[in-house]
Amino acid sequence: MNNSIGNISAIAKRELKGFFASPVAYVFIVIFLLLSGFFTFMAGFFFERGQASLKPFFDWHPWIYLFLVPAVGMRLWSEERRLGTMELLLTMPITTWQAIVGKFLASWLFLGLALFLTFPIICTVNYLGTPDNGVIFCGYVGSLMVSGAYLAITSMTSAMTRNQVISFIISVVICLFLILVGFPPVTNFLINVLRAKSGVVETITSFSIITHFDGFQKGILDMRDIVFFLSVIVFSLFSTGVIIRSHRAG
Amino acid sequence: MIKVQNLRKTFGPKVAVNGISFNVDKGEVLGFLGPNGAGKSTTMRMVTGFIPPTAGKITVGSFDIIEKPLEAKRLIGYLPENAPSYTDMTVHGFLSFCAEIRGLRGDAKKKAVSRAVEMCFLENVLYQSVETLSKGYRHRTCFAQSIIHDPEVLILDEPTDGLDPNQKHEIRTLIKRMGEKKAIIFSTHILEEVDAVCSRAIIIDRGQIVANGTPEELRSKSQSSGAVTVSVQGSSSTLVAQQVGQLSLARKVSIVSETNGRAVVRVTASEPSPDHDLARSIADLARKEGWKLEELHTEEGRLDEVFRSITRSDVKEVK
Repeated sequence: MNNSIGNISAIAKRELKGFFASPVAYVFIVIFLLLSGFFTFMAGFFFERGQASLKPFFDWHPWIYLFLVPAVGMRLWSEERRLGTMELLLTMPITTWQAIVGKFLASWLFLGLALFLTFPIICTVNYLGTPDNGVIFCGYVGSLMVSGAYLAITSMTSAMTRNQVISFIISVVICLFLILVGFPPVTNFLINVLRAKSGVVETITSFSIITHFDGFQKGILDMRDIVFFLSVIVFSLFSTGVIIRSHRAG
Repeated sequence: MIKVQNLRKTFGPKVAVNGISFNVDKGEVLGFLGPNGAGKSTTMRMVTGFIPPTAGKITVGSFDIIEKPLEAKRLIGYLPENAPSYTDMTVHGFLSFCAEIRGLRGDAKKKAVSRAVEMCFLENVLYQSVETLSKGYRHRTCFAQSIIHDPEVLILDEPTDGLDPNQKHEIRTLIKRMGEKKAIIFSTHILEEVDAVCSRAIIIDRGQIVANGTPEELRSKSQSSGAVTVSVQGSSSTLVAQQVGQLSLARKVSIVSETNGRAVVRVTASEPSPDHDLARSIADLARKEGWKLEELHTEEGRLDEVFRSITRSDVKEVK
């Protein structure tokens, strides 16, 4: 066990160094902060609402992540395949899942760091009013969960191809699907136009990122929401392993 | 150290490796020869545990690569074809990472890195990013990675590919030196390398072993092996050729040249004999006939001839 933690941390460390050795990390952080600021204040009417809450801030996260997380994760495995380092990595005395988890955790940690750098907004909202900081904390946890789910999906698509662009597009589409099934216009369409039964609609929307992220935004740490995100992550990482294995088997 | 039995690998309908078996012991350097697409790299990838075999058994040390992959991989150092490495890292960073993955920490890690750096002459580029390195340096960086944990088994896929003659020489010397204590498999297209480094060579063609032996044994399979060139002063070449052709060991005689009364004749042996029998009988004949013998040379046979005669590549021969 000790051994596998050592291996995972060695891989995660390398991956993190890789982020900061290239401009990817800095570009991502700057763009992420700019976008989240823009959406919160301009499109989310943070001031006009006159409420001390970060709802307009978190509301946009699934959409911002939709493009930025696949951009971070698309190189995870496709780059290894393109460079041929996958052969090197998988002939080292480590298991495939250690490599997958190590890479995933490194990228997630990086996304977490970018998210952490939005802390001025907490200061702002606390300066302007008296928000419920527990709700804000839950929002952050939820936001981290969303980015983790997207990242795991991107890890899976990245293992499929050596082409980063293809990996990016496929993961955006999958993530978009997970947003849209719970997006009010789409659920309304299902109910009003297709006259779907409420049970069916509920089943479909229960696959949505939005539905499960809502709970966090309201300040509820619901076990079901956490389980949903964790199972998306575990399933996607497991699929990553299956895809890598099938490539090796030829 | 390495035991391969009836190894088979198919990709869909295509059979890449078809029933290969061999052993490599400690202190042996096994050369892997064969035309492109013969199955050399596929075999090595299976031995290192990168791709699973369709059938067959591979044991490294005392561990089966399928059942105990981690234990087996720990014993192996591997240089894949084209020597991949993380281009965004420095040489030092890359080697440290590899050492860490091999379970080396702290002082042991530092020592391992500096030893590998020294052995592969990488001091000058230690803190340069791999991206900026020339092909030779990249190759040696990846080679350094394979020996960082001082493995008992070393598997090298075309270790001298793309290097300049000096670098080739360095790598060969390195392989030869390490071959005294390790079990090494390396693949190559360059036949002189086999002579320079290998204690044994295997020629693979279309997924099967077509020859297996020491470089000397392989060479003696060549048609030109045992051929003798005679040069005689003051006798006519036709006469010499005629006389020599009557020897029982001679198969074919051809006149090479006749200039300034110096006749040069080449005789191929009817059967390959390493004992220079043909040369001796020609010397006897010359003494009897009173020829002024100037040169008598037995050819050793050429590996490339053997290689060409027993492998049939996809390229049709131009006649």
